[in-house]
Amino acid sequence: MTGKFDIFELLIGDPGERDYKKKPVIIQGITGNFGSAHARLMKAYGTNVVAGITPGKGGQDFEGIPVYNSVQEACKNVDAKISGIFVPAPFFLKAAKEALDNGIKLLVAIPEHVPVRDAIDVVEYAKSKNARIIGPNTPGVIVPEITKIGIMPHQPFKPGTTAVFSRSGTLMYEVSFHLSKAGIGQRIALGIGGDPINGTNLIEAFELIRHRDDVESVVIVGEIGGDAEEQLAEYIMKINFTKPVVGYIAGRSAPKEKTMGHAGAIIYGNYGSAESKISSFTNANVPVAKRPAEIPELLLRKMKK
Amino acid sequence: MRLLEYQGKQLFSEYGIPVPVSQLALDEQEALEASKKIGFPLMLKSQLTVGGRGKAGAIVKCSNESEFITKFNELLHKDVKGELPKGILVEGMINIAKELYVSLFLNRGKRCFTLISSNEGGVNIESVDSKIIIDLPHTGLSKELVQDLARRLGLEAKPATLFVDFILKLSHLVKDKEAELAEINPLAILSDGSCMALDSKVIIDDNSIFRHPELKKFQQVSELQARAEESGFSFVELDGNIAIIGNGAGLVMSTLDLVNDNAGKPGAFLDFGGRATTETIYQALEVISKIPRIKAILVNLFGGIVRTDLVAQAILNAYSDGIIGVPIYARISGAESVKAKEMLAGSRAKIYDSVEEAISSLMSHVSGGSS
Repeated sequence: MTGKFDIFELLIGDPGERDYKKKPVIIQGITGNFGSAHARLMKAYGTNVVAGITPGKGGQDFEGIPVYNSVQEACKNVDAKISGIFVPAPFFLKAAKEALDNGIKLLVAIPEHVPVRDAIDVVEYAKSKNARIIGPNTPGVIVPEITKIGIMPHQPFKPGTTAVFSRSGTLMYEVSFHLSKAGIGQRIALGIGGDPINGTNLIEAFELIRHRDDVESVVIVGEIGGDAEEQLAEYIMKINFTKPVVGYIAGRSAPKEKTMGHAGAIIYGNYGSAESKISSFTNANVPVAKRPAEIPELLLRKMKK
Repeated sequence: MRLLEYQGKQLFSEYGIPVPVSQLALDEQEALEASKKIGFPLMLKSQLTVGGRGKAGAIVKCSNESEFITKFNELLHKDVKGELPKGILVEGMINIAKELYVSLFLNRGKRCFTLISSNEGGVNIESVDSKIIIDLPHTGLSKELVQDLARRLGLEAKPATLFVDFILKLSHLVKDKEAELAEINPLAILSDGSCMALDSKVIIDDNSIFRHPELKKFQQVSELQARAEESGFSFVELDGNIAIIGNGAGLVMSTLDLVNDNAGKPGAFLDFGGRATTETIYQALEVISKIPRIKAILVNLFGGIVRTDLVAQAILNAYSDGIIGVPIYARISGAESVKAKEMLAGSRAKIYDSVEEAISSLMSHVSGGSS
């Protein structure tokens, strides 16, 4: 399931390559309010946005970025393997399949409110194409000072050697802000997504950095709902991961059987409860912060050991 | 969307899944009509979305007409874990030969649907050892797979055939209606060998409702909830007196935890999402203003892309229009936060650099009793 998939190769590349640190990215839904605002911010950050897609608006130009009617048309003109999808949820399934049919290998799925069935379909389809989905309902992925594909503000992120994986968008910014302030930069920050179905789940995200020398520690920002944190804790023990890992779980005081903003954040009985996640992490020797601001301190303590 | 028992059973009937004869009653008059139609003895079942109805005494047997109205009214006004029933289901009694457990649910970790069944129905499944768990292939549940399951459950002849039919119908329902869960506990095998769903727990994927107009009639949304959703907010009403507003579900949940850790009582969870404008923040404050027990509002906003001066403007507008009369404690970080602070100087809103400071000031206000 977690075959060899090198996200750093796709996002950054190797020093010898012509597009090293300038990997081409396309934006699906570039002319919408949301897509256009973030295409502009990504470009300003240094992301190499080479094309935008909006059906019916082919031939136009968005601030120097050519717009095409379809991914197929765009990919005849540019050589992109990465796409950021900004289309409304009801159009996600079609847009995602179109991208995967045209050679996209990393699909960053921003839309919120994608039906579960569509998400499962797209993840299955991506597998058959040897491609990877991040999200849906993700803020995206950022490699500080190199590239960002998503909607995160860039200010909280500084380059470094920590990997931040988060089920929540704003908490990914908040936690990275505290880390950066404490002098702990990030090699990568990746939003798992707030939905029940994640194209890249916590274990698969972990797998992306497991053998990398440029990642020296990991921060996991979890929340109530599902059992991804419990599974990750077991996995960390199984592979005997020795680098420092620190966790945080949002929603300790959330009521049961209520969807807390994210479609995936809901507790049924003990399933999905914060207590279950915190005890799994603790059991795997992953300290759990009580507040986001406490994470750097816990991480520094682990790093000294 | 969690369907009530009677709603789930309505769907079951549409798919040909047998259920006991029953009728929903909202008042005495309807209850009497239902009892005449169904006959005694019968069951009265409180229609609630919270679990554990049986243990809480919200399902009662009724043997004759003389105790019927008393029991009905008792149940109608009995709250379970803070929830009042949305009606009472009056249901005929069934002669049960054997009880099974069946559920078909979205397995998040494996990104597929999973069927759990057991020979021990009618009890809490978490305490049952003999569970049969089958992860469904992407193509769905095949007849052969269910026939094999029937054998493993020890069913033979007529019950086996009817069980297979029952499960295949349930699987169609889950697929068609985009359910995340369909649980039947118990699934009764009757003395004549037929299968029947005695209870229903169905959860529909909220994000798929746009392509299921036929399910909209089942939505039970409070006026406030509807208003919040219209503005694109995620909103959960809680029972305390501190409203918590922010951008991002995770951040608001985290703030809820911090308030709770400081002995505060959250009264509302409101996530206004990633696209905050003066207008949306104003609308968020309007929603909060409709909850009379709120004594203070805590805003936790992580800016960067959101412009904090627009948020400050919304707060000023809400005060000057008299929308809100309680103090606001805000942690606002990010773009234009210095300007935002200047704008709010002299208003009833106080801005802090960290959420911890904001909560500590808020708590001294709330516990001090001033308003």
